[in-house]
Amino acid sequence: MATLLAPQTTGKLVGKRIRRREDPRLITGTATYVDDIQKPGMHHACIVRSPYAAAKIKGIDARAALALPGVAAVFTGKDVTGVGPVPCGASLPGLRVPHHHILAQDRVYFAGHPVAVVVATDRYIAGDALDLIEVDYEELPAVADPEKALAPGAPAVHPEWPDNTAFTYHQEGGDVNQAFADAEVIVKQRITSQRLIPTAMETRGVVAEWQPGDKALTVYSSSQIPHLLRSLLAGMLGLPENRLRVVVPEVGGGFGSKLNVYAEEALMGFVAMKIGKPVKWIESRRENFLCTIHGRGHVDYYEIAARKDGTILGLKLKLIQDLGAYHQLLTPVIPTLSVLMMPGLYRFKNILADIVGVFTNCVPTDAYRGAGRPEATHGIERMVDMLAAELKMDPAEIRLKNFPRPDEFPFATATGLSYDSGDYEAPLKKALELVDYPKLRQEQADARQQGRLMGIGLSTYGEVSAFGPSPATPAGGWESATVKIDPAGKVTVLTGASPHGQGQETSFAQITADELGVDIDDVIVLHGDTAIVQYGIGTFGSRATAVGGPAVYFAIQKLKEKIHKFGVLLLESDDVTLINGSCICNRSGKSVSLAQIAAASYRALKLPPGEEPGLQVTYFWEPPNFTFPFGAHIAVTEIDRETGQVNILRYVAVDDCGNMINPLLVDGQVHGGVAQGMGQALYEQAVYDDNGQLLSGELMDYAIPKATMMPWIESAHTVTPSPVNPLGVKGVGEAGTIGASPALVNSVVDALSPLGVRHIDMPMLPEKIWKLLQPGGQA
Amino acid sequence: MIAQHFEYSAPSTLQEALQLLADGTAKVLAGGMSLIPMMKLRLAAPEHLVDLGRVADLKTLSESSGEIRIGAMATHYDLESSPLLRQRCPLLAEAAGHIGDMQVRNMGTIGGSVSHADPAADYPASLLALGAQVRLVHAGGERTLSLEDFLVDTFTTAAEPGEMIREIIVPVEEPGTGVNYQKMVQPASGFAIVGVAARLRKANGKISLARVGVTGLASRPFRATAVETRLEESAGTEDDIRQAVALIANGVEANTDIHASANYRKQMAQVYAARALRAALAGAL
Repeated sequence: MATLLAPQTTGKLVGKRIRRREDPRLITGTATYVDDIQKPGMHHACIVRSPYAAAKIKGIDARAALALPGVAAVFTGKDVTGVGPVPCGASLPGLRVPHHHILAQDRVYFAGHPVAVVVATDRYIAGDALDLIEVDYEELPAVADPEKALAPGAPAVHPEWPDNTAFTYHQEGGDVNQAFADAEVIVKQRITSQRLIPTAMETRGVVAEWQPGDKALTVYSSSQIPHLLRSLLAGMLGLPENRLRVVVPEVGGGFGSKLNVYAEEALMGFVAMKIGKPVKWIESRRENFLCTIHGRGHVDYYEIAARKDGTILGLKLKLIQDLGAYHQLLTPVIPTLSVLMMPGLYRFKNILADIVGVFTNCVPTDAYRGAGRPEATHGIERMVDMLAAELKMDPAEIRLKNFPRPDEFPFATATGLSYDSGDYEAPLKKALELVDYPKLRQEQADARQQGRLMGIGLSTYGEVSAFGPSPATPAGGWESATVKIDPAGKVTVLTGASPHGQGQETSFAQITADELGVDIDDVIVLHGDTAIVQYGIGTFGSRATAVGGPAVYFAIQKLKEKIHKFGVLLLESDDVTLINGSCICNRSGKSVSLAQIAAASYRALKLPPGEEPGLQVTYFWEPPNFTFPFGAHIAVTEIDRETGQVNILRYVAVDDCGNMINPLLVDGQVHGGVAQGMGQALYEQAVYDDNGQLLSGELMDYAIPKATMMPWIESAHTVTPSPVNPLGVKGVGEAGTIGASPALVNSVVDALSPLGVRHIDMPMLPEKIWKLLQPGGQA
Repeated sequence: MIAQHFEYSAPSTLQEALQLLADGTAKVLAGGMSLIPMMKLRLAAPEHLVDLGRVADLKTLSESSGEIRIGAMATHYDLESSPLLRQRCPLLAEAAGHIGDMQVRNMGTIGGSVSHADPAADYPASLLALGAQVRLVHAGGERTLSLEDFLVDTFTTAAEPGEMIREIIVPVEEPGTGVNYQKMVQPASGFAIVGVAARLRKANGKISLARVGVTGLASRPFRATAVETRLEESAGTEDDIRQAVALIANGVEANTDIHASANYRKQMAQVYAARALRAALAGAL
């Protein structure tokens, strides 16, 4: 039996740079997004949103809107009190959870807060009607900055909690006091990780359709979590879950912003049930910036303790998390992920962290690509660089000194994690080789002689991925797969993951084709429709391949056992091997194809003893641990002395995500991730004024990196397989984002270090750097 | 785009377009790179749009009597790629290539851009340095204004209701003139944080003509005459350039926003002016 279960055609497709099977429909414009969905009698909704960050609602007058021909209904806060609150999935001790109604009741808490919904026969009429709804507000003082919100006398975001504190969280590992007492050097720094706007190319959108005869609701939504959305929406709307179907069609990017349950998803369900017509709501870009979750929003106070030889002894962190006005699905969880990863890739065992979660009159923060780990990595990688500068050590040397050795894995961290496998020197040494580090440092010395400001920045990042073991996750961390072979022998894979750009329709087909020994064109991968796919968790946290992939793998192993039994039956021999998609009798040499076996399994004239007809297996895979990808990025920059602009001369990314199912997809993930990390380092920031107005409220003012702004990314890999799953994969969706921002900031600080600069906060806008270059300039 | 209700006309002749515009209630659609986003945000709600995209003779670029006439509906790409402009007025072709991105350059037009009077648009710096003229037409006739007079303030021009730009007129560049446009890009919008266009001519080892146009710095683009005066009759040394550009923001109330403070803009105007002047000087024969 052992040989029977071994992969039949190892390495045929897994590991190859297969082009994405998703792409033809995407690049020919034939994919179906939410806004492409049309339903007979479909109405359109627009949402009235608060222009103020804090205000009392004294009255709403919708008479003029209702009088407009084509307007079917207007609903306000009082109409939706029967709908459950927008859910928060976090359960921290003492967490204050404001009741998050789907429409504001008597008060608004952030600019963009939904106040009313207008429904009309077309989207233009709904838009016109929106302008006719008069809301009488009494503006109240607002606070948008988390540190200001903590100051005595600050306006209370929620009047019942005047200290604006949603929670505090404390974590300790080892003996940090002893570590700091033993320290020969201590370096302290305040480091911010600014609010970012995820900016998926496709904004959110919902179509809801009520079938009154069946008392059943179908919700189409641009989401990363169809099944979790179904469970939570059913609760909000008071529907039995089996009468709610969630369909996630093509999704134009999520980056965590669609790992959520939003007021509008429940609101459209409510509207469809009320008016008895299908209803569509498509978020505008302006709404996307105002009302879809933001990412990051940290103010971190770090202290690192070390010996003079560079041995890190301990790390302290006070983390102020800007939560915004409410908790969305995982809002309070995100900073706890930063604490988990605060030791980075280093061996030290003494940590202390205190989080203060702060309410502000802003849209909530939540998971954005990396979700807590970019902030942590930025912190530790900056602190290690500052420590190296303090000790006049090379930043590569100090890192190499503090890595655990490969034979120390699984490595227990001070924060209670068990790093699965690692060879942290390998990617750093490879990256140093790729840039020819000694020569590069010489070039830098020469450049400095000429008065040029050239910098070399390293980051050695680690991340916790493949979320994750169910006890360690808010909603279950397994993933599911169904693999079924139809009577003609073609293969369908249903994954509970919900890929939305990551390419699992390709990578899971590669795994399946190899494991079953069939042509990849005979495999299709479906996802995202809760009426078709067994319950699943979704795609986020670099988990789809690392948790969803093994589910596919194990489902196939079980299916192969059944195929083999049918082979034994049909070949009338017990010496049968399944190979290349056929069962072969090792004695007679006779064989039956998978199609023949499939046909026989459904025709069911004879069945193997104890077996059911058909070829279909569902498998729910529970991972025993997270995975821990890692890598080393090097950014070489030069600063324009006259303008403060940063020019990226070279960018080298060496990532270790374990085995690679499809290196082309891996490179794509790294490139996109680096772009987003670069966006945070150099361009992006959600800017609120003191009154809580979002000033960077359009793409004209919020700078995401465009293709023409990107440097050439020199991508390379080391491969340290994960022992957590049989595929040896770790996940790579967030790696680039996590590695990029510290590499770039370290590089720019290195460039400016001759001027005495030791830290710069992001984004490193030219003006900020230019000020440092002026006589008496301050960081 | 969920704009408010509007009428849409797409005339095929200029006369027809002018008739439609005559009562002053209609707005010209000339590429739509700024108007459409404003309508999308409902910051603009014109009752009637007159799309000039089908008026054929508004796209032509031609030279006669020492002047180049550029139809209002010539796209930025038309200008950027025009052999006529590249040879006879290279500054404007160069400036056109700095605008937005390829998609914007394929759709946006010079008439639309100049009419919109965005204080950070690229064209005005070069057009002011060139002494461009704006030929306006309306149902009852036409008039020609200098661009200087046409640009009144942020998003405000001298065009009367019912009037539209028919063409932009620039002189054929005299051989030997060095020209250059330098721009600090606002990375979100692609507009200029500051942009400086320079034209320089030399005679007998001295600068005989200096023209400097500045965009992005103030509420309207302007000619930096103090810089020009300081340079003319000078030898154009590095010192001359440095002293000249130091005058660029004198008396200017500089723009400030989340991308750049007023002070930084003023400083960058000097930096980019110096760069444009050095490059222009290197190109001047």
